[in-house]
Amino acid sequence: MFGEYSLGDLGSIFAMQGFAGLILFSVYLLMALGLAIIFGQMGVINMAHGEFMILGAYVTWLTAEFFTSHLPALFSIYFFVAMALAFCAAGALGMLVEWALIRRLYKRPLDTLLATWGLSLILQQVYRSVFGPREVGVTLPDWMMGSLPITDVIEVQINGLFVMGLTVIITIAVFLMIFHSRFGQQIRAVVQNRQMAGAVGIDTEKVDRLTFGLGCGIAGVAGSAFTMIGSTGPTAGQLYIVDTFLIVVFGGAASLFGTIASAFTISQTQSTLEFFLSGSMAKVITLLTVVAILMLRPQGLFTLKVRR
Amino acid sequence: MKRAPTFMDRKDLLALATVAVILLIVFPALLDGFRLNLVGKYLTYAFVAVGLVLCWGYGGILSLGQGVFFALGGYGMAMYLKLEASSVENTKIQSTPGIPDFMDWNQITELPLFWQPFHSFPLTLILIVLAPALFAFVIGSAMFKRRVSGVYFAIITQALAAIATILIIGQQGYTGGVNGITDLRTLHGWDIRTDQAKFILYFVNAALLLGVVVAAMFVRDSKLGRILVAMRDKEDRVRFSGYSVANFQIFVFCLAGVFAAIGGAMFTLQVGFMSPSLVGIVPSIEMVIFTAVGGRLSILGAIYGTLAVNFAKTSLSESFPELWLLGLGGLFIAVVAVFPNGLAGLWRDYAQPFIDKALKLRSVDPADPGAEVAKQAAAAAE
Amino acid sequence: MASQDDRPQSELRRRLLMGMAAAPLAGFLPKAAFAQTPPTSAVNTTGLAVTDTEVTVGILHSVTGTMAISETGSVQAEKLAIEQINASGGVLGRKIKFIQEDGASDWPTFAEKAKKLLVNDKCAAVMGCWTSASRKAVLPVFEQYNGMLYYPTFYEGLEQSKNVIYTGQEATQQIIAGLDWVVKEKGAKTFYLLGSDYIWPRTSNKIARKHIENFLKGTKVVGEEYFPLGHTQFNSVINKIKLTKPDVIYAIIVGGSNVAFYKQLKAAGIDMSKQTLVTISVTEDEIDGIGGDNIAGAYACMKYFQSLDNPNNKEFVAAFKKMWGDKTVIGDVTQAAYLGPWLWKLTVEKAGSFDVDKVAAASAGIEFNKAPEGYVKIHDNHHLWSKTRVGLAQKDGQFKVVYESPDLIEPNPFPKGYQ
Repeated sequence: MFGEYSLGDLGSIFAMQGFAGLILFSVYLLMALGLAIIFGQMGVINMAHGEFMILGAYVTWLTAEFFTSHLPALFSIYFFVAMALAFCAAGALGMLVEWALIRRLYKRPLDTLLATWGLSLILQQVYRSVFGPREVGVTLPDWMMGSLPITDVIEVQINGLFVMGLTVIITIAVFLMIFHSRFGQQIRAVVQNRQMAGAVGIDTEKVDRLTFGLGCGIAGVAGSAFTMIGSTGPTAGQLYIVDTFLIVVFGGAASLFGTIASAFTISQTQSTLEFFLSGSMAKVITLLTVVAILMLRPQGLFTLKVRR
Repeated sequence: MKRAPTFMDRKDLLALATVAVILLIVFPALLDGFRLNLVGKYLTYAFVAVGLVLCWGYGGILSLGQGVFFALGGYGMAMYLKLEASSVENTKIQSTPGIPDFMDWNQITELPLFWQPFHSFPLTLILIVLAPALFAFVIGSAMFKRRVSGVYFAIITQALAAIATILIIGQQGYTGGVNGITDLRTLHGWDIRTDQAKFILYFVNAALLLGVVVAAMFVRDSKLGRILVAMRDKEDRVRFSGYSVANFQIFVFCLAGVFAAIGGAMFTLQVGFMSPSLVGIVPSIEMVIFTAVGGRLSILGAIYGTLAVNFAKTSLSESFPELWLLGLGGLFIAVVAVFPNGLAGLWRDYAQPFIDKALKLRSVDPADPGAEVAKQAAAAAE
Repeated sequence: MASQDDRPQSELRRRLLMGMAAAPLAGFLPKAAFAQTPPTSAVNTTGLAVTDTEVTVGILHSVTGTMAISETGSVQAEKLAIEQINASGGVLGRKIKFIQEDGASDWPTFAEKAKKLLVNDKCAAVMGCWTSASRKAVLPVFEQYNGMLYYPTFYEGLEQSKNVIYTGQEATQQIIAGLDWVVKEKGAKTFYLLGSDYIWPRTSNKIARKHIENFLKGTKVVGEEYFPLGHTQFNSVINKIKLTKPDVIYAIIVGGSNVAFYKQLKAAGIDMSKQTLVTISVTEDEIDGIGGDNIAGAYACMKYFQSLDNPNNKEFVAAFKKMWGDKTVIGDVTQAAYLGPWLWKLTVEKAGSFDVDKVAAASAGIEFNKAPEGYVKIHDNHHLWSKTRVGLAQKDGQFKVVYESPDLIEPNPFPKGYQ
């Protein structure tokens, strides 16, 4: 298929394709980070993760509407405000859910799965009643649209760069928080041995609540960022669920490094396959490969020894 | 557990008889043809729910991919019926007569190899049972031998359901795609679309379901059932006692798969088509909720749970479509947080003591669930 | 309706109608029912839900689930049409009462509800369905219980039934005129076909490919690709488009994927003023979610745009906005859904009966002059003769009509040479 193209063209295309793979990697990582914290660190299966993302997206839409009508002068920076609000809204809802529901179920992980699935149905219906069944279009400030031409063929998408930058920042922030802060130390202590952590004076319930809120908050930011590339509707959250869980499980649930590695592997595989095959087949083959590998190596790519 | 269960003790027999009376006499007597056909459709989901009771309630293996097995049975039957409906006379306007219409639309000129066995009815029946068993065996041995369990198993089976949907929709020339396999007419020359046929199929379906229930009770009350419970609660101890945990898990997973497939085949017969919308993640999880509502440890509860949820769904969505999702979502949460033992638990905790006292019966081992509670719930939902 | 006031009148009317013609009843009857009210026994011989004052029809769309986004407009249009018909005197002197059912984006549920509407509610007609899959699921039900379905969506063709009136376009109507236009107007030579992975995009692209390869001169397809429903990552295919540099991107992507596709296309710097993008799946409804900025410059090819400049349409748009709010937009399917109740009313009046067999037989040749899209006519094959138009998407989410086929195009659900 490449016979008729010059080497220069091909080089450019492969560069572009690599860039597309990186964007996909950022998207996957951003989706999975929140879940990796909740599932990996707390063992809670949050099937409503997609709905928390969509909450972030709706918050972004509301912020955009507000800035258009009240603060048009500041419209170019509204997105940063929106992301902060999305984090707070999703985080607050997350903590509420943890308090009302999840904390009763820590000993029954499969039951959290059912309960959060129910939660996701309720949230979908709430979004539908509040925002209507149709998708809403989020307007972006001009500087976030379009692309930077590097050569005549290679163009770098600004929103892609933005998502990548955001992912890098959030990932670093999460790492610093988990591995270099007092709060992170407490989270890790609770993961490794809940009773012991409680015995040395860590308020495990508070840690649980904040951890869950943090994971949901990150989901909210991800949802906010995805308004640039995806759709915002009551049921859009469901599109992300399978991919997100597979990434986290494939990486090895309790390892954040694993999540990064698995998001990278899966995104590159899919992106490359998509280039040579049709989109549908690429997706099926990627998912099948992941499932097959998981059957052979159920603990995922990386594992962390924990006391159960 | 107060004493070792025996297969079909008096309580079981009584509960089973109640279900049989409801399914075989009360429903046909009270409901018109349309509603009876609906109940028949719901009962096909009950096959899956009964399987899940064994697999999840007793075995502790939560599969979120039961839709795949339902599909294997449903598509198997649909393929047979479709081939029968696509006789050369019926399809003579096509460019290749004698193959299903959707193949013709997709430029397929020859019946694919994997469709060939479905020309024969006995072979179809065998495959409906064998294919899901084999598939469950492959998945189960790959995973249980490596001690994948709990959450991981749930997520991987969920991914399988997603893959199956994408594959079925993507390979529309071979599977009918998103439309499914539609316009099915006759079974071995017998028109399945008439009201009379639907009436008969209802009874076939109900009888098969009762058969499956008896089989499930047999497994539950056998030594196997007790090992399953032991495994669920302390897998390592069972393993250290010398049992091959994986083999038991594989067996019960296969059994649940076969039950689901039988349900799928009956679904196709009664509804008249098979569609990928029954394969994916959403229907698979809904089937889990039927089980949970009935009481995950109660085989007959699975039937009541399925009926109650579906009656509620149909009537709520007829009058308040907006409320239905809220109701279903609330049900998921309630069944986990408030009454984890489902209808069966409610029955055991509230109705049974009351009845026992009223009838001055000696308290026997609280065996099976909730005829009355579920019946009332169903009646209220109607 | 105030039924207690009605009763004596209808009692009296029934008695009177037994004996004599309906003429001298003006004083007793509600004004709207004045025209002519033939006795129920004469217009309803098969036990449909028709009384002296009312006739029941069904509305069957998804109000919940993933398809609710698309089907909302159709429900709104059908309710508007029914209200307007009632205000203008109803059908054969009877007000239309509707029963709405939710298909919940689930095909077996559609079949179940269709059966309920026909068997339990005895609906004289049903307006409904949106996806092909839902139509395929209910079709055997309508054929078995002899109901009448008015189906609004543009679809892939390959179907024809006595019990269905297809008020949207079938694929050849929508596609061929558009391709001819783009080749003539833009001098297009190479095409890249894209679609969501299910029957309508695949069949439509098949027809497009046959037309490009066999019927047009010097044109070819350089790529064809499908994505699972709900797919949101299109960067790889955008790179392939950059590599193959087609003159025309022919996109039949639906639902949430659309939003992602156009946003990413725009972000990747594909300039729609240089590279023509033609779609047959984006209406004003979808642009609401995609955002006018992201799709401005693309061409859509269908039979109706909200911006059509004719008196019928102006009236329709005004009425629609009055009923459903100023912010609502009207897409092709919404307009086609609006035709359903009107075409049924005209057919019933021509047949002089609500009986499904008579309505089905009388359908061919029904003409509707007040259609927002202009004049339409039902073909013998139960599809509509209609014009095809090409619209250029604007930033405000509307289309500017740049081409209109000179004549009505004949519907041809089983096109020769395109199979």
